[in-house]
Amino acid sequence: MAFTSAWFLLFAALTLLVYYLVPKRVQWWVLLAASYGFYAYAGAHYLLFILFTTLVSYVIARIMQRRADAEDAFVESHRDTLEKSERKAYRAKEKKKRFSILLLGLFLTLGVLAVLKYTGFVLSGINSMVSAFGYQTFSVPSLLLPLGISFYTFQSVGYLIDVYRKKAKAEKNLAKFALFVSFFPQLIQGPISRFSDLGAQLYAPHAFDGQGFGAGLIRVVWGYFKKVVVADTAMIAVRTLVTENVTYNGVYVFLLILLYSAQIYGDFTGGIDITIGLSEMMGIRLAENFNCPFASRSTKEYWRRWHITMGSWFTDYIFYPLSVTPSMQKLSKWSRAKLGESVGKRIPVYTATIVTWFLTGLWHGAGMNFIVWGLLNCLVILVSQELQPLYNRFHKRFPGVAENRAWIFWQCARTFLLMGLIRSLDCYRDVPLTFRLWGSMLTAGNWGELFSGGLLSFGLSAGHWILLLSAIALICLVSTLGKDQPLRYRLAKRPLLLCLCACVLVILILIFGAYGTGFDASDFIYGQF
Amino acid sequence: MEQLLEILCRMHPDVDFEANDDLIGEGVLDSLDIVTLITEINTTFDVSIPAEEVIPENFNSAEAIFAMIQRLDEE
Repeated sequence: MAFTSAWFLLFAALTLLVYYLVPKRVQWWVLLAASYGFYAYAGAHYLLFILFTTLVSYVIARIMQRRADAEDAFVESHRDTLEKSERKAYRAKEKKKRFSILLLGLFLTLGVLAVLKYTGFVLSGINSMVSAFGYQTFSVPSLLLPLGISFYTFQSVGYLIDVYRKKAKAEKNLAKFALFVSFFPQLIQGPISRFSDLGAQLYAPHAFDGQGFGAGLIRVVWGYFKKVVVADTAMIAVRTLVTENVTYNGVYVFLLILLYSAQIYGDFTGGIDITIGLSEMMGIRLAENFNCPFASRSTKEYWRRWHITMGSWFTDYIFYPLSVTPSMQKLSKWSRAKLGESVGKRIPVYTATIVTWFLTGLWHGAGMNFIVWGLLNCLVILVSQELQPLYNRFHKRFPGVAENRAWIFWQCARTFLLMGLIRSLDCYRDVPLTFRLWGSMLTAGNWGELFSGGLLSFGLSAGHWILLLSAIALICLVSTLGKDQPLRYRLAKRPLLLCLCACVLVILILIFGAYGTGFDASDFIYGQF
Repeated sequence: MEQLLEILCRMHPDVDFEANDDLIGEGVLDSLDIVTLITEINTTFDVSIPAEEVIPENFNSAEAIFAMIQRLDEE
């Protein structure tokens, strides 16, 4: 059930109606029923996969919790009799046991994701190698991915690790935990929530709050505006530029970078606006996933502002654990002694960064383009890290430049274009082709076509361009006005104005949105991940 | 504390670590800095910092970092 379908609007409206009509203590049951209904609509057989992940995570977390409680009780009851070193040793032994249980949970939950998502990719890779040596190749099964599997698996894995680290208490009620895994607004494309942030909110009773409901509603409408007017309009051009890349090289690759940036921004932030807005209408606050990413002055800053919950997931559950493992610390000490201070101290940072970005790429999709995408992001981050002393010297030599508006604009534009360039790997989905097309921007010599009708040659009319640029300007304006406090909260205090704004947006969507008979509306891009 | 301040100043000579108590919030220390810092702490103080201790509250100021080192050394 796509967010952009009439069925979803009806489904969401009905869920909200029932949610506020039933007694508050059973509201979470309504959400659970709605979530499983939403999931079953995508394919009843997919329920098996989400149920498996839910059950495994629930049982493993409960076992770890029981052991942790017993450990705390033992230490507490023997506080006077145990030496500090004995206490430490006992805790370390117990932690090791819990770690083994955690590993089993990770193996089972991530195993399902790995088999369903990466079998084809791995077998294709093996096939290309064995065929080179003349051996018979394996048949590659086409496995369909259950809806939102990457998101709900990561959310469950985060929960398991939090319980292991004693940062969250394992949920006793299986049905409540099932809701945490399957909460339907965030099932397709996140945000990836933490149990400590979301769990209690899902199960708490929520009285109807007019202002919260209004603020959520306007955000939902705003999300549809971004998706249907901006993303789906840009998509018309992106499709042509990608499929007819032999014709559209050189300057058109540059245009693709701009248009795909608009498409993915409208698509992903629009989808998240719908998710967060709909949850807010239920009185549930989800974590924000974006913070004006295209205003970032560096790649590192960009990744703190774009897909925030995924970034923090990888940082907390992959990057840090990997960096601080005893073996990594040993490696660091060894390399400091053997390779020198400067190289040695970089070893853990570099290794953890490369592994994290490799996995980030792989998480986005089973394809070489995603892996290269991740590693290129990594390369840019590490190079800019290395150049930092140079930047510092530059800014010391020219004080005041850092806060100069032209300089800030240059930094933002540079980051935007660099990220857009790397992101275009996602469009062409063929690494050598993408590299060739990047090169064509310098060699094709067709930049003059921009001013001789080229802009109108790939599916976008002058009207489309005006619409797209106006919508982007409106998004920039709304972001600027909502810098200190999101505009929707100010609007929610004035119901009449809020209704007016919602109506205007709906009219704009109906008039200018890319939808209707004959238009093949796209699914949300992150829904595929 | 002096040793810790030395490590921090080597990483960011332009930052007043004795005065700043929002190192993470203000973006002074990012994830790469934190890993470098953890490695330095491990070498200098012989204290291992587990991943679950890598939270903003423990790295927001030199004082908080030092308190964490002392606590982990004690535990």
